[in-house]
Amino acid sequence: MTNSPLTPGVAPGRLPAETLAANFSDKAPAYDPHEAMVAADRCYFCHDAPCITACPTTIDIPLFIRQIATGTPEAAGRTIFEQNILGGMCARVCPTENLCEGACVREAAEGKPVEIGRLQRFATDSLMAQGGHPFARAPETGKRVAVVGAGPAGLAAAHRLAMKGHAVTVFEARGKAGGLNEFGIAAYKSPDGFAQDEVDWLLSIGGITVETGKSLGAGLTLDGLRADHDAVLLAVGLAGVNALAAEGEDVDGVRDAVDFIAELRQAGDKAALPIGRDVVVIGGGMTAIDAGVQSKLLGAENVTIVYRRGPAAMGASRREQDLATSKGVRIVHNAAPVRVIGNGTVREIEFAYTSPTPQGLALLDETFRLKADQVFKAIGQVLDGAPEALARDGRKIAVTGAGRTSLPGVWAAGDCAAGGDDLTVTAVAEGRDAAEDIHATLMAG
Amino acid sequence: MANLATSFLGIRSPNPFWLASAPPTDKEYNVRRAFEAGWGGVVWKTLGEEGPPIVNVNGPRYGAIWGADRRLLGLNNIELITDRPLEVNLREIKAVKRDYPDRAVVVSIMVPCNEEAWKAILPLVEETGADGVELNFGCPHGMSERGMGAAVGQVPEYIEMVARWCKAHTRMPVIVKLTPNITDIRYPARAAKKGGADAVSLINTISSITSVNLDSFSPEPSIDGKGTHGGYCGPAVKPIALNMVAEIARDPETAGLPISGIGGVTTWRDAAEFLALGAGNVQVCTAAMTYGFRIVQEMISGLSAYMDEKGFASVDDLVGRAVPNVTDWQYLNLNYVTKAEIDQDLCIKCGRCYAACEDTSHQAIAMSPDRVFTVKDEECVACNLCVDVCPVEACITMRQLPKGAVDPRTGATVGDYANWTTHPNNPMSRAAE
Ligand SMILES: Cc1cc2nc3c(=O)[nH]c(=O)nc-3n(C[C@H](O)[C@H](O)[C@H](O)COP(=O)(O)OP(=O)(O)OC[C@H]3O[C@@H](n4cnc5c(N)ncnc54)[C@H](O)[C@@H]3O)c2cc1C
Ligand SMILES: Cc1cc2nc3c(=O)[nH]c(=O)nc-3n(C[C@H](O)[C@H](O)[C@H](O)COP(=O)(O)O)c2cc1C
Ligand code: SF4
Repeated sequence: MTNSPLTPGVAPGRLPAETLAANFSDKAPAYDPHEAMVAADRCYFCHDAPCITACPTTIDIPLFIRQIATGTPEAAGRTIFEQNILGGMCARVCPTENLCEGACVREAAEGKPVEIGRLQRFATDSLMAQGGHPFARAPETGKRVAVVGAGPAGLAAAHRLAMKGHAVTVFEARGKAGGLNEFGIAAYKSPDGFAQDEVDWLLSIGGITVETGKSLGAGLTLDGLRADHDAVLLAVGLAGVNALAAEGEDVDGVRDAVDFIAELRQAGDKAALPIGRDVVVIGGGMTAIDAGVQSKLLGAENVTIVYRRGPAAMGASRREQDLATSKGVRIVHNAAPVRVIGNGTVREIEFAYTSPTPQGLALLDETFRLKADQVFKAIGQVLDGAPEALARDGRKIAVTGAGRTSLPGVWAAGDCAAGGDDLTVTAVAEGRDAAEDIHATLMAG
Repeated sequence: MANLATSFLGIRSPNPFWLASAPPTDKEYNVRRAFEAGWGGVVWKTLGEEGPPIVNVNGPRYGAIWGADRRLLGLNNIELITDRPLEVNLREIKAVKRDYPDRAVVVSIMVPCNEEAWKAILPLVEETGADGVELNFGCPHGMSERGMGAAVGQVPEYIEMVARWCKAHTRMPVIVKLTPNITDIRYPARAAKKGGADAVSLINTISSITSVNLDSFSPEPSIDGKGTHGGYCGPAVKPIALNMVAEIARDPETAGLPISGIGGVTTWRDAAEFLALGAGNVQVCTAAMTYGFRIVQEMISGLSAYMDEKGFASVDDLVGRAVPNVTDWQYLNLNYVTKAEIDQDLCIKCGRCYAACEDTSHQAIAMSPDRVFTVKDEECVACNLCVDVCPVEACITMRQLPKGAVDPRTGATVGDYANWTTHPNNPMSRAAE
């Protein structure tokens, strides 16, 4: 190995291959059957359980845990998939501390919830390992539905629509289905090609055609889709990225965190990925954490996440923040970038401390600089390229009920639709519910 | 998905999971909710004769045994039969049966031990449209002091007599519910059959005191400083119930008598075990009382997954499968020789097997200075205790010696099947001369 964390500038292969492999392996390895039994035994099978209410897809959690406890993890898997067909991915990526596990009565009682996420993974892995597909399609209805975007929202909707007997075509701009499951989620949450395996497994219900490389706005038009289909669902996520509004940001080494992560997720050989010695990430959400942690795991010597507000305001959960600091990532709060310094290539970045005021954040006079070979911008994604004809609610597509847009016959779900909290699981719930609404509408005549 | 529908005495239900006669089935409100949750049938809480209803204690009626994490393992109760007026129960039974024609509704009854009393109540129950009756000869507390419940169930002649009366006075199927508080369960079962009963159900609760308060010196549950024995049920009683069901299933005198299995059924697996031992369906009380009606969903999914895996098309394919394998001790193969074997990769070196075997069994486990535990084949009698106390699943297993091998403990060569009836040490041996 020629490079190390101390190699100046941006360089690949800072860590030995074994270290990289270990760094990007499963963050929370699967339970073995005995561990699953012990974990399942802690569930109280609560009445009208708070965990179910806290799950955006309302999985019957006590039931699936009881099914694990009684030695039928495949039945448990089915219970999960009935509500959430991407239950396998959700088990890996949901911020459960803010969702089901946060609501667990044992969290309140002992500060130690039932480990619902890991149990869910055990159950869904068990059923998926069995092969085959647990659901069958209803007889063909003769109705055709277009889904735009093959992320969690689009896939969940496509599956539910196919199950109801409709013929579904999914149009996806990228070369692969999966959306942020494939291009966004941290590598160590979904290693070993799980995202693609899950897509293949989901599609094996039949009745779904995925057309990759087909983009709404570049080739496809909404009018065209509406003319050829009985209903259209938009599930395009948030393809745009906010600008920093810091002076000099257009230099080499400053890039969108989502692009960096997408590249990392698609890289076959992590050792070939160049990474800075000093990396600065700007933002406070899951994307910022993932960019910071993965930079560190690639071998960056110093990684700093700078967020303009305090810890409580961070979009990333407490557990995510702790994960970052445990990997050696430093998190600086209450500071905003004002200037990128470097002649063509970033060298340093200057921040001003901030202070909340009734009018918004105020920049204080006191500033500091961080050395930076790379700066990742993780300051939020925005809707990009959605048809103008659709009414907006803020910066997203306005919806009423289960994803109905301002145009009849057009639904929207997932990150691109207003409401929801930009999580995989919310995207799945919205996709599923929009599909149910489309089904009800189409069958009503 | 396997078809779980069953027909027990011609009473159809979508699955073999019925709620036992007890608080869960004491009123229309509960039973409707139970059916909505998926239960296949109910046995309505025991009705008494017309007149002023029974009274219950007004203090605690349950005692319990828990595991360390407060998992309820055993429950005991001093509740009596229904304390609601007969006509109210009858009206509700009729309404429920009308609205749920596909579910089984059986009515439990207990009236004084004279023919008139039974003759009077049976037509009233029949009029509700209920699918059958269950005679409660099992309640071990309170009612038995008044000559009913277990007081009848402990005397086979009474069982036969009352069963006969009931068969004479109703066209409904008659199930006799047996008390386990008896030395040999086959006698009351035979009596029920002789009296013409269509089936037996068992077990009712087991006489018990769950605990004693060591400050007040009152048994629990304590009513003003005094307690009385109650009836024990829940997971703890399952092994007792399984044996009793098996005894009846394999008794030539009661062979073919339908059995409804009760006692500690908590999961699909418990239910499947009762079915395998000859029960045509199961009844559940404590599990529902502990976790609510929703647990039936796990029972349904679990049993159908199991049946699919085994290729059983209907519940009948499972019923009684284990009965031929229940035998008397004297017929067990004495040439089935096994030795304990410790998987050194799985062993966590806790030494519990050593303590158990060294202190209380056959000194057949060796312990090295660096805590490696190995079985001494020349001492191991294959009792299985080490397997049962080992905290690691599948770490200690039993290995069968093949035919022709020499058992290092006895020096004997492992031969063909041979049991006690022909063993040389048996004075009654029928060994060939
Ligand atoms: C870096 C990162 C990490 C994250 N980590 C987590 C996490 O750990 N846990 C969690 O719950 N959530 C996480 N999220 C959020 C989560 O990934 C999203 O909320 C979720 O993927 C939204 O699903 P979606 O289907 O609405 O959109 P997307 O997943 O964005 O999918 C949209 C799809 O539409 C396609 N598309 C876009 N425009 C067009 C077009 N014009 N025509 C055709 N196709 C188009 C895209 O290529 C994409 O495949 C993370 C997000 C990011 C960015
Ligand atoms: C509180 C309580 C009340 C009961 N009442 C009756 C009753 O009225 N009639 C009856 O036949 N059995 C009664 N039983 C016994 C149950 O029907 C059942 O036989 C017993 O509880 C064993 O099943 P289990 O282990 O599933 O609880 C009662 C049990 C309990 C716990
Ligand atoms: S369960 Fe509790 S609240 Fe309900 S009747 Fe019994 S003692 Fe009262």
